[in-house]
Amino acid sequence: MRLPRFFRRTKGGIENFSMRGVKREEEERRGVFTRRALLLGGVQLGAFAFLGYRLHKLQVEQGERYATLAEENRLSARLLSPPRGRVLDRNERVVAGNRLNWRALLVAEHTADVGATLETFSRIVPLADHERARVERDVRRRRRFVPVIVREFLTWEEMARIEVNAPDLPGILIDVGTTRIYPEAEHLAHIVGYVAPPAERDMDGDPLLQLPGIRVGRAGIERHHDQVLRGRAGAVQLEVNAVGRVIRELDRREGIPGQDIGISVDTELQKALRGRIEEGTSIVVMNARNGEVLAMASQPSFDPNVFNSGVSSAQWRQWTANRATPLINKATNGLYAPGSTFKMVVALAGLEARVITTAERISCPGHYDLGDSRFHCWNRSGHGGVDMRAALKVSCDVYFYELARRLGINRIAAMSRRFGLGVDLDIELPGTRRGLVPTREWREAQGRGWALGDTVVHGIGQGFYQLTPLSLCTMTARLATGRAIQPHLTRSIGGRPVRGSRPEDWPSMGIPDRDMRLVRDAMWAVVNEQGGTALASRLPGGYGMMSGKTGTTQVRRVTREQRERGFNVSQMPREWRPHALFVGYAPHDNPLYAVSVIVEHGTSGSGAAAPLARDALVETFNRFRQAPTPRVADAVRGT
Amino acid sequence: MSTVFERRLLTGDRGAGILQKLWQVPWLFVLLLCAVAGVGYVALYSAGSGDPDLYATKHALRFGFCLVLMLCIGFVDIRLIAKLAPLGYLGGVGLLILVALHGEVGKGAQRWVDLGLLQLQPSELMKIMLVLALAAWFHRASWDRVGNPFFLVIPAIMVLVPVGLIFKQPNLGTALITAALGGAMFWAAGVRWWKFAAIIGAAVAAAPIIYENLRDYQRARITTFLDPESDPLGAGYNIIQSKIALGSGGLWGKGFLQGTQGHLNFLPEKQTDFIFTMIAEEFGLVGAMGTLALLMGIVAFCFIVAMRCRHQFGRLLAIGLGMNYFLYVFVNVAMVTGSIPVGGVPLPLISHGGSAMLTTMIGFGLLISAWIHRDAEFGPAQD
Repeated sequence: MRLPRFFRRTKGGIENFSMRGVKREEEERRGVFTRRALLLGGVQLGAFAFLGYRLHKLQVEQGERYATLAEENRLSARLLSPPRGRVLDRNERVVAGNRLNWRALLVAEHTADVGATLETFSRIVPLADHERARVERDVRRRRRFVPVIVREFLTWEEMARIEVNAPDLPGILIDVGTTRIYPEAEHLAHIVGYVAPPAERDMDGDPLLQLPGIRVGRAGIERHHDQVLRGRAGAVQLEVNAVGRVIRELDRREGIPGQDIGISVDTELQKALRGRIEEGTSIVVMNARNGEVLAMASQPSFDPNVFNSGVSSAQWRQWTANRATPLINKATNGLYAPGSTFKMVVALAGLEARVITTAERISCPGHYDLGDSRFHCWNRSGHGGVDMRAALKVSCDVYFYELARRLGINRIAAMSRRFGLGVDLDIELPGTRRGLVPTREWREAQGRGWALGDTVVHGIGQGFYQLTPLSLCTMTARLATGRAIQPHLTRSIGGRPVRGSRPEDWPSMGIPDRDMRLVRDAMWAVVNEQGGTALASRLPGGYGMMSGKTGTTQVRRVTREQRERGFNVSQMPREWRPHALFVGYAPHDNPLYAVSVIVEHGTSGSGAAAPLARDALVETFNRFRQAPTPRVADAVRGT
Repeated sequence: MSTVFERRLLTGDRGAGILQKLWQVPWLFVLLLCAVAGVGYVALYSAGSGDPDLYATKHALRFGFCLVLMLCIGFVDIRLIAKLAPLGYLGGVGLLILVALHGEVGKGAQRWVDLGLLQLQPSELMKIMLVLALAAWFHRASWDRVGNPFFLVIPAIMVLVPVGLIFKQPNLGTALITAALGGAMFWAAGVRWWKFAAIIGAAVAAAPIIYENLRDYQRARITTFLDPESDPLGAGYNIIQSKIALGSGGLWGKGFLQGTQGHLNFLPEKQTDFIFTMIAEEFGLVGAMGTLALLMGIVAFCFIVAMRCRHQFGRLLAIGLGMNYFLYVFVNVAMVTGSIPVGGVPLPLISHGGSAMLTTMIGFGLLISAWIHRDAEFGPAQD
C-alpha cells in the first residue's frame, strides 16, 4: 500500500535526493513567496493609505466641525442670576423684595465621611431624619464635587454656630441665595401679584429662565413688569472636564440686575381700607388728576408668599372652592351693573346731543309708560317735575328713562367709552376685564333685536352693563377733572419717573365746561344738599366737601307681586339683595381724589357704599395731609 | 549526506563571533524602534498631564529592558529558534489554557496572567509563537507539498486552537487578529488562493451564526460602530470623543500638553488604546502622519528581512512578524478614527502597557536574529 505523498518523508523519496533538485525547489518556493509577499505588502500599503485618508478627512476636511465640538465639550457657560428688582410703594416702602436665603451646602469630596459630617451638623443645627435621608440620597446621586443643599433659610444664630464649628464640619459650606418676599402679604397681593417657577409656556428664549431657582412674575405688577424686574443674566465661561468639574474660569460677564418698580399705591391707606371692608366689597381710590391708583382693596385676598415655594394642592383647592374668590381682584375683574352711578354719563350724552337742556323739566309720576310696558321709579310716589340737576340729586329714574329714549343706546354707549367704561384701561394688572357697554350692534351680533324698552332700562345703568369698580373710579376721576386720565400704578422704573404723573400729561375730554359744571354741581348736591341721596355721608368738618353719586343695582328682578306687597329687602336672603354702589370725589372745588365703592349685596348705595367712600376719602386726606397742597391753578381749570 | 550538513550546522555560520554579530545588528532599525518609543514617551508624558512618573518613566524603563531582551534574542541562532518553535507554541497554548482556568478577570474577560512583576496577556505572546510555529512548519514544505490539502490540516489546527481559546476568553478582536495573522502566514507559505476564497466565502455565510453567539458587549461594539451617535453616552462615547479629539487637532494640532479632549478626560483610556488620538490631537495631521510613517518603517523593515533571507523559515518569520505589527497599528488607528469597531487593541511601543511591548520586542528580537542569520544554511526541505 502506498502512503499518500504527504506521509512520505520527502517528495520523490530520500533516494532521489539531489542538490540540484533542492535548489530548483527552493527557487520555486522563493519566487512564490516574493510574489505573495509583495501582494501582502501592497495590501498593507493600501491599508496605510486608507488610514491616511481617514485622518485627512477627520482632521482637515471635518476639522472645523470637530474643533467646534471640542470647544463645546470643554466650555460650559454658567448663567449668573441677577437679583430681581423690588417693588416699592409710593413711600419707598418695599412691598416685594428679596430676602437673603442662607443655606448650608455639603460638598461630599471635601469630607472623608459624609455620615459623620451630617451627624456633627445635626448636633449643631437639628436635622430631621427625612432631611438627612434626602441629603444622603442627593450625595449618592450627584458627583462628589457638586454641592448638595443640607439646610435652607438659616438664622444668624445657626450660621454663627456652624461657622464656629467649621473645623469639625469638613465639607460644609455656607452659601447665600435669594428668595422673594412680600412683607405686606395679603394686603397688596392683588396689585403686586406673585412669582412662581417658570412653566413651559413662560420660556420666551431668555436663558435666565433655565436657571434652577429662578422665578417669573405670574400676576399683577410682578407679571406686567416681569422683564424689567428680571434683569439680564450674566454669564461665566468655565473650562470643565469630562465629568463636569470646573477647571478654571475663562471669562465673566456680570448680569444687569432687575430694576425696581415704584408703584403709586400707599400701603398704609391700602391696609386701612382693607381693615374697613368685608368680604365681597371692593374700593378703588385714585388720584383724580393723574390717574394714579392710591389704593385698590378687594376682599378676600391671599398670601402671595405661598406661591414662591409652591402651592399645595390643598391650599389651591381651598382658594378655588371659596365662593368669595380670594384669588380674583374684584376691583379689576368683578363685573357689576353701574346703576344710578351711570346717570351722569347719560346726562352728559343728552346735553351733548342737544336732546335736552339743563332747564327742561320732566314730570315723574313714579313710573314711566312705554307702549304696554311700565317702568318704575325707585320712588313709588314720584318726584314731580325735575330738571337735570334735581334728577341727578334725587336719582330720579323716570327722567333718565325719558332721556335714554331720546338718545338711543348708541349715543349713550359712545359717551360711556369716553369715560373709560367698557374699554381697555391698560392698567398694569394683566387679566383686567374690559367690561361691557352694550350697543345696538352688539345685541344684533348676538342675533337679538334691540327694543326701545332696552334703551330705557339702560338709561338708569341697568341691563347688560358689566363694569369694574376700577372703570367706575376712572369715570369719576374724568368727571371731576375733565381730563381723560388713565388709571395706572407705575410711578417709576429703576428710579426714573414715568410719564403720566402730571395732569397736563392727560388730554382734555372735550366736553363743554358748562355741562361738566352742572353735573358736578348735581353730584355735590347728592352729598351736601337737603334731599340728596348721600347726605348722611358728608365729609366731616375740615376735609372739604365730597361730591358723588349713589347706586343700587338689583341682582334679582323684583316681581310685581312683591312690589304690590311692599317687600322689605332686609327679609330677603343675602345673595338676593341688591349691590350697593357709590362713586365720588373730593374736594368738590378742587378735586384731588376719586373713589368708587361696590358692596356686593349691600342693599343700598346710600346706606352701605357711601359711608365707606366717605371713610376712604377721610383716610386718604389723613395720609396725604402732609403732602404739599397742589395749587389751584394746577387743578383742572374750570372746576 | 548528513555529515556534510551536520558539519555545517555545527561549525559553518554559527561560528561567527559575538562581535561579528554585534556588527550585523540592524542598528538603523533599532534606532527606528527607539524613535517610536520616544514618540510614545512624549505622548505618555502628555497623557500624564506633564507628570512623567504617571506613565512616561515606566514606559522608558520598560522599553530599555525590552531593548536588551530583544538584542539578546537577536544573537540566538535562527536554527535553534526554529528548533524551539514547537516548544514555544505549546508553551503559548499552555498559558492560554492557564489563563482560562486561573486568569485575572478584566472587563468581563479572562485575559491576564499575573506573573508577579508583570502581567502578561498570553494572547499577545501566542501570536508570536503562532508565527514561529507556522514558519517552522512551512519551512519544510515545497511548493507542491503546500498544495496538498492534507499538509494543511495540522497548521490549520495550530491556528484554530489558540483562536478558539482567545475567542472563549472572550476577546473577539484578538481572536480575529490571530486568525488573520494565521491566514497571512498561509498565504505567504503559498497555500493556493482558491482555498482562501472558499474560506472567506464560508465565513461570510457563517457571519450571522457567529453574530448570534457573540457576547452582548461585542454586539454592542458592532452596532455602535455602525451608528455611533445612537448611543452617545454609552458604548458610542469612546468613538465620538476620539473623533472629536482627532478632528479638532486639525493640520498642526493644538500643541504639546494643549489637547483639551485628552487633558479634560473626555478621551477615554488615552494612555492605552487611544494614545494615537492624543498624538493626533496635540500634533495634528502632521504629527499623526509622521507617527504612521515611523510605524510603516518598522513594517517595511520586516519586508526587507523577508526579502533578504535565504531560508524559508526566516522569510516566513519576518513576514509574519511584520504582519503582526501591521495588524496592531492598522486595527488601533482604524479603531480610533472610527473606521472599525472598538476592540481594545493597543499601539505597541507607544501606548502604555507592558504586555504588548514585551511580546512585540520579543518578536523583533526574532526578526533581528533572522536578519543576522539571514544566510544561515538550514539544509534542504526536510523534517
